[in-house]
Amino acid sequence: MFELYGKSFTSRMLLGTAQYASPDILRQAVKAAGAEIVTVSLRRESARARTGQGFWSLIEELGCRVLPNTAGCHTAKEAIATAQMARELFGTSWVKLEVIANDDTLQPDLFGLVEAATVLCAEGFDVLPYTTEDLSAADRLLAAGCTVLMPWASPIGSARGLINKTALRSMRAYFPDTPLIVDAGIGTPSHAAEAMELGYDAVLLNTAVAKAGDPIKMAKAFAQAIEAGRLAFEAGLVEPRDMASPSTPVAGTPFFKIDHAS
Amino acid sequence: MQILLNGERFATDASNLDELCAKLGFAEAKVATAVNGSFVAAAKRSATHLAEADEIEIVAPRQGG
Repeated sequence: MFELYGKSFTSRMLLGTAQYASPDILRQAVKAAGAEIVTVSLRRESARARTGQGFWSLIEELGCRVLPNTAGCHTAKEAIATAQMARELFGTSWVKLEVIANDDTLQPDLFGLVEAATVLCAEGFDVLPYTTEDLSAADRLLAAGCTVLMPWASPIGSARGLINKTALRSMRAYFPDTPLIVDAGIGTPSHAAEAMELGYDAVLLNTAVAKAGDPIKMAKAFAQAIEAGRLAFEAGLVEPRDMASPSTPVAGTPFFKIDHAS
Repeated sequence: MQILLNGERFATDASNLDELCAKLGFAEAKVATAVNGSFVAAAKRSATHLAEADEIEIVAPRQGG
């Protein structure tokens, strides 16, 4: 069990709802993942297509807590207005706050992020900021009122995994009591397990499941990897070492002689 | 009157945001709105008068990561 903004969750896998081949595959993937939190967004609604109305029915049917994002926002002003629209639309004060610096890396604009988080926290939002491993930005986000941080592993959709593992490890050590969720760049279940082994509280992913050959099977694979990684962290990992250390007892080895040179 | 509706030029005689939403068939729909970059709550749509060249956003739930 872990807590985010006063709510308890069993599943440590947060799943995005985009890019699935069909609504039914999305539905089954969420079920296979055992996800309790799914990310959603809002987009312009056409009077003819009314696409959003059908999607809303599907989301309600999933029965998960929704975490609306501000994907695509490049300024604090856009992100704030988008979060406000999302709060009314989805009936939740939770927001995955994204302020994007540029379209090639989809890197968070940390300055805009802190600016938007400050306003939104003051307005009563429960902000889950999509950030980097930068510790000074993290401090500012916590000071703004965020109680959860979501550092990237690598650029959104890149499937590169944890490209700055040392920094993620530092972040975990620096904020031992803050729920930390690795968000973005996860490509394989082993990446997710790696994040969990570092002691991260949860993993948020989308593309690696949605674009897999079999998204339902992949959702299950991720769920198991995340659970395995968490168990490993709780169990306590052994320290790596440079030289070999025999696992089989040395004492009693047949033909053993103290002085091999003789 | 010409406005910019979801990024496209749109002619309307709706005098306020609530009327515009109704004319578009969104009266009972799951939508949220913004005018000129600022959020407008559903309860304030009827008091939000529209003017020439206003930029209106009408959004709905969508898949997201």
